[in-house]
Amino acid sequence: MKNALIKTLQNLKTSIPIVIGVLMLLNILNPLVQKYYPKIFTGNYFFDPLLGAIGGTVSFGVPVASYVIGGELLKEGVSLLAVTAFMLSWSTVYFIMLPLEITYLGKRFAILRNSINFVTSIVIAILTILTLKFFT
Amino acid sequence: MIKKLEKIPGAVKFLSAMVTVYIVAGLINFEYILSISGNLGKNIIEIIPIILLAYIAVFIINLYVSPERIKRHLGHDSGLKGWAYASLGSIIFSGPPYVILPILGELKNHGMRYSFIAVFLNNRNVQPAFLPVMIYYFGLTFTVVVSVYILIFAILSGMIMGKLMSR
Repeated sequence: MKNALIKTLQNLKTSIPIVIGVLMLLNILNPLVQKYYPKIFTGNYFFDPLLGAIGGTVSFGVPVASYVIGGELLKEGVSLLAVTAFMLSWSTVYFIMLPLEITYLGKRFAILRNSINFVTSIVIAILTILTLKFFT
Repeated sequence: MIKKLEKIPGAVKFLSAMVTVYIVAGLINFEYILSISGNLGKNIIEIIPIILLAYIAVFIINLYVSPERIKRHLGHDSGLKGWAYASLGSIIFSGPPYVILPILGELKNHGMRYSFIAVFLNNRNVQPAFLPVMIYYFGLTFTVVVSVYILIFAILSGMIMGKLMSR
């Protein structure tokens, strides 16, 4: 029990500065990035998922927040393709959380996983829209 | 001096870098920093109990989950069951990355496969608690289609990660 407690406290000691640092980064960037969303997504079928994935990558939050933002963007005329890529990369590509992921899972794992997820968020968005077109 | 700096943990260096960014940004635009600091304080206060809860989970893992058990269910010899456990676990367990990452880091230290860690992190959009909101905004058909693709691609990218990490 003592060993488990020491191990946990050591882990917590590393985590707290990283979490506070990440929150500081998020708070300074988010107000600057969020206001450009409607300008970034123009409705272009080719670039929208790419831009959507980039937008989601530099943002951060619980997945449900991305659904709300995505839903609002959709209402403003942003394509579903872009919004889908945006929501997927929002919750699976941790660009801002990269220092935290590197701390716990290693640099190689974090970089590879985030790169793969960035690509798959675009691929899933395209496949989803194509499938929906097939059904409707 | 340089040796002393090298001894400082990476986490502290990162936090110090962010404090410096805030000081510099504050000198340039004090009002902006003032406007975001309220929200920052609120976020930190909100997150601390969640972090503590996460570390209670980490403590329980350290206390009860033996490396042998992890190796059996989510380790290199876990087979198809391991993929199922990783997928199911990620669907059931919802939480922000700063909660999930320490737990996964601990499970990795106990022998969890990189493939399964990737599956766990990739399935984050398929969580029962969040799906009603997605259905509300995008409809049932969209939610079902995108969820199926997420589950398929989570496993595919997990397999790719496993191959890449074993090199």
